[in-house]
Amino acid sequence: MFDKHEIALSVKNLNVDYGDFRALENISLEIPARQITAIIGPSGCGKSTFLRCFNRMNDLVPTARVTGEVLFYGQNIYDSKVNPVEVRRHIGMVFQKPNPFPKSIYENVAYGARINGYKGNMDELVERSLRAAALWDEVKDDLKKSALALSGGQQQRLCIARAIAVEPQVILMDEPASALDPIATLKIEELMQELKKDYTIVIVTHNMQQAARVSDYTAMMMLSKEGSRAGTVIEFGPTPQIFTSPRDRRTEDYITGRFG
Amino acid sequence: MLRKTFETELQQVKDNVLFLGSLVEQAILDSVEALKKRDMDASRRIMEADREINARRFAIENQVMVLIATQQPMAHDLRLLASILEIAGELERMGDYAKGIAKINILMGEQPLLKPLIDLPRMAQKDADMLHRALTAFLDEDVETARAIPQEDDEVDALYNQIYRELITFILQDPTTIERANWLLWAAHNLERVADRVTNICERTIFIATGEMAELDGAANGEENA
Repeated sequence: MFDKHEIALSVKNLNVDYGDFRALENISLEIPARQITAIIGPSGCGKSTFLRCFNRMNDLVPTARVTGEVLFYGQNIYDSKVNPVEVRRHIGMVFQKPNPFPKSIYENVAYGARINGYKGNMDELVERSLRAAALWDEVKDDLKKSALALSGGQQQRLCIARAIAVEPQVILMDEPASALDPIATLKIEELMQELKKDYTIVIVTHNMQQAARVSDYTAMMMLSKEGSRAGTVIEFGPTPQIFTSPRDRRTEDYITGRFG
Repeated sequence: MLRKTFETELQQVKDNVLFLGSLVEQAILDSVEALKKRDMDASRRIMEADREINARRFAIENQVMVLIATQQPMAHDLRLLASILEIAGELERMGDYAKGIAKINILMGEQPLLKPLIDLPRMAQKDADMLHRALTAFLDEDVETARAIPQEDDEVDALYNQIYRELITFILQDPTTIERANWLLWAAHNLERVADRVTNICERTIFIATGEMAELDGAANGEENA
């Protein structure tokens, strides 16, 4: 599908179970590098669960069991030799609700790099990360101020700066703009277009217009069959095709609002 | 049902397209009938009625714009609305062809027809028939019919070529008939173009139903003649 793109993440026959409950079933797809891939689908179809598979966040749920493979540039991140903390350094995450630490703006950005033993110039790293997150001009004179004093949109961009500061290759975003007003949402969307020059982005969104606006590829998720509670990817393709001529009837029905 | 309002509005736009189509169909038949009978008043009425065709085309465009802005249509809905913009434009141009024929009748003034009209009314009838069925296929999203109709463009082209050859023989025999022959040729050309635009409507119907954007043969043949 993407002749011109390198593959960053390759998912093969992925299943996720929570105890007896199967949450994700038989997902296989490839995420192109330095592109934005959106995951859409109705509530409860496992979009966030799927996103969390990309940096082993589901490991933090005690009963969760992941089978299948997630290859990150060819390396299976679920291999027993792989350290999940190392995975998360390369594959960062931004959540729905901005979650800055109750520390200064500066410390929020510097925090991750510091625990990773960053040896370079910290001031430079903080500035570079804040600039990349399109927040520098708004906070450069207030770096010592508490991050909690920022607006919701600024806090979200701070969280993006914090994710960038550890120099990951992939940024996962779980509904990054759903708690923000339209202007702050547009800023995040514009920022994503800048970020994709350097990073692979995977975003979960309920907002189909947002998926259509920002993403290059779209994965449509749905419960795998009637009566089942396991989600799966039913259609994956270039975003313009998904939103103008989807191949699967269920994608058509969902994006045109016939159900969902 | 989640989409009740939107469905109702989509249906209204489609109804408006059909209504515009029926006005255009009638204008094509009437324009040739008026020419055949040299009925100047009828031709003036057709030219006047073209204003309504134009106004209805703008109204449809506006309705579609509002739906795009307010409903953010996707997939089939988006293809339908985008295609309606095209189809309304095609219909409006067909209306202009009818108006053009009405104008020819008026330009001819007191001069008699070069010959009794036989093939031109046939062309008009064929055009109107193709247009009517093309719009029914659009409404039903009937891909099979939409693919079949453009093949009939050959019949229209054949009638046009026949009229062309006949008028050329008139001119060769008596060069003073040039002006009157040219008027009829102009009318025939307009009717030939109508069928090409019917083909365009059929292409849109296939696109709406399948997402496939392909040129059907009828139109290509027509372009060569033009």
